[in-house]
Amino acid sequence: MPPQLKTLIPLFAIFIFLFLLGRYLLVPESFGEQGHYRFNSVAENKDLSLQYAGRDACAECHDDKALEMESDMHAGLSCEICHGPGMVHYDNPKAGQLIIPDQREHCGLCHATNLTRVDKIAQVDLADHNPDQKCIECHNPHLPWEIAE
Amino acid sequence: MEQHYQYLYEMLSQVQGFIYPNELDLQWGLLIVLYPYITGLVAGAFILASLERVFNVKVLKPTYELALLTALAFLLVATMPLVSHLGHPLRAYEILSTPHSTSAMAIFGFVYLWYLMVVLLLEIWFDYRRDMVIWARQEKGFKARIYKILTLGVNDISPKTVKWDDKIGYFITVVGIPSAFLLHGYVGFIFGSIKANPWWSTVMMPVIFLFSAMVSGIALVLFIYMAVSYIRKQKIDMKALDTIAKYLFYILILDFTLEGLDQIHRIYEAEESFEILSLLVHGPLFLTFFIFQIFLGTIIPLIVLGILQFYKPREFTRRVIYLVSSLLVLLGIFFMRWNVVIGGQLFSKSFYGFTDYKIRIAGSEGLLWSMAWIIIPFIILAFLLWLLPPWKKVPAEPA
Amino acid sequence: MGNCRVKQSRRKFIKAAAAAGGLLATGIVNPFNAVIFATERPEDPTKPWWGYGIDIEKCIGCGRCANACKLENDVPKEPFYFRTWVEQYTIKNDGSVKVESPNGGINGFKQTVPEADIFKAFFVPKMCNHCHKSPCVQACPVGATYDSPDGVVLVDESYCIGCRYCVQACPYGCRYIHPEKNVVDKCTLCYHRISKGKTTACVEVCPTHARILGDLNDQEGELYSFMKNHNCLVLKPHLNTGSKLYYNALSAEVR
Repeated sequence: MPPQLKTLIPLFAIFIFLFLLGRYLLVPESFGEQGHYRFNSVAENKDLSLQYAGRDACAECHDDKALEMESDMHAGLSCEICHGPGMVHYDNPKAGQLIIPDQREHCGLCHATNLTRVDKIAQVDLADHNPDQKCIECHNPHLPWEIAE
Repeated sequence: MEQHYQYLYEMLSQVQGFIYPNELDLQWGLLIVLYPYITGLVAGAFILASLERVFNVKVLKPTYELALLTALAFLLVATMPLVSHLGHPLRAYEILSTPHSTSAMAIFGFVYLWYLMVVLLLEIWFDYRRDMVIWARQEKGFKARIYKILTLGVNDISPKTVKWDDKIGYFITVVGIPSAFLLHGYVGFIFGSIKANPWWSTVMMPVIFLFSAMVSGIALVLFIYMAVSYIRKQKIDMKALDTIAKYLFYILILDFTLEGLDQIHRIYEAEESFEILSLLVHGPLFLTFFIFQIFLGTIIPLIVLGILQFYKPREFTRRVIYLVSSLLVLLGIFFMRWNVVIGGQLFSKSFYGFTDYKIRIAGSEGLLWSMAWIIIPFIILAFLLWLLPPWKKVPAEPA
Repeated sequence: MGNCRVKQSRRKFIKAAAAAGGLLATGIVNPFNAVIFATERPEDPTKPWWGYGIDIEKCIGCGRCANACKLENDVPKEPFYFRTWVEQYTIKNDGSVKVESPNGGINGFKQTVPEADIFKAFFVPKMCNHCHKSPCVQACPVGATYDSPDGVVLVDESYCIGCRYCVQACPYGCRYIHPEKNVVDKCTLCYHRISKGKTTACVEVCPTHARILGDLNDQEGELYSFMKNHNCLVLKPHLNTGSKLYYNALSAEVR
């Protein structure tokens, strides 16, 4: 064998050994258990904290409001559409005050006139329909067709 | 981060038509333009070197070692733009420890290591081993010690052993040619395999990348050979220079034909994406595509080098022409990479609009760092030429 | 004698050829029976296999889904990072298409094209398609994004190197680089919610029930009947991504 190879072959062997050793040490736990990924990551993704509690959670305490809503056009809507995420409040009712949006624009997100959603939902021209008043001054958002005087 | 938001708000006002909201933040910038550019220079320079060795083009002898060292200098830097562009550079090792077999990008680490360790370093080592042993005896002090380490203790320079150097070196060059094809064809595949992007997704991409790599690498060696001869105040071997220019011309024809074929195919098939791509090349890419890449980088060098195949002016004129052509080709190929990488991200995958890209000056993605990644290989090359000067190689005693 | 031999061997050959041809034919035909919406089903049909339905006819473009998604999943507030967003398509009488999605639809939409010019208009909510043959999973070089056993495409943010190749590979523009974490981020189908028996944030807040989360293995389920009762399509079917996001009333203009 030529003297060059006598030196090079062991050198490359050491290199490959070090590479395999490094690889052995660096592959994280649970990698490849189910596929080419760290399987523990599935559990980590499951463990993230929730922000939205869900309608049923709200109804556990606020059953009166939930019942009230069922009698009108907003039946079936989730409370958190308007009141925002409520998980913090659900876990500790004293903390985590929810929002009570009273701006016309908020109602307009669904109900402002837009030709794209014509025939799909009740629409109001915000510039034309009592522009100086808040929607909720007349419409109870839980019972929208009950108009206050 | 605030700066990044500010930049993105600025870009938001530059959007034309409709883009998916997440597309505003262009993911691959100048650094990723450099990556295929630099690897292309490596592959091209190496293929030029192997012309001399494997295909026995003896006139190219004066540029053989120069081309090899150029390839090494650029290869050493090739990964740097990539790694510094990562969101988590310290996790880069994962691409070697858990490479995903279905990912076109995953084998890069292995292709790179193969090319660096098995092809380039070994070929240079076998080529210089005998000289390093001799230099280690001639030189004193620090430099002698470097040579001693570099010989790896193989000090035998008997004709029999030197013959082995030559034989194994030849074998490595033969292995090296497909490896160089692999290295750069593979970089083309990284882009060509993205079916979501019609500007990239073409089966021609690896072939186009390969030929443009050869063009740029040959132009680089042409330029470096002239520059090094000028700095060393040595007479240029005009025969070698003419031959390199001839190869540059031929491969430029091939490259241009292949790219033309790709574009003609696109135009003729005129698929769903055709309108947006047509707007792309005529709009945001007009300057870099038609002017820089095609006109300055391809047509002008083609015409000039083509004329030289029939009509030979005096040496000085030829040298000026070669210098200008090689620089134009290097510029043209840079913008070819730019048009692929940046161009492929300017249009929305909804085909309804364009985002914008502005080069920033500072920052790791900025112009200054990018220029550094181009300049550093030249510094490495200067060091390599100081350490392993091809012109000081001791000619082997006739056997 | 020789003649007879030839005949015999020819007969044998024909038999063999017929058998081979038959095998080939069933081999080619059979897989097509199994292809539903260009996806194959996973091996275990007793476990959930998550899919999603969007009814374009019901969407009113309120953008509550995009808003809730950002609040639930810690998505940056800036208008260029979205896990889900809503697009407003307006097809004019002259045939031109106008698409817009200001802040992903979170602040609502305005229709600025006059009624006389509108051929038709509709809203299209977009999100990760949780493809069964995901181009993004295919592209990830290190295995930091994957298709979970129940069919959700997830990201391992402690392992992602931030190379952005998956962002390039996604045909639907559903991935972005999280500016604080420097890793890729995308819709997880609220994996932390659905694996605890809750629905996703976007489904929770959708006022018109335009969004449906469902188990594609559950033949009594809502998604199954939605797909059965409507002509559902997926986005960019020619890319064969095995998308599991099914749209009712999807127009050809939507990309």
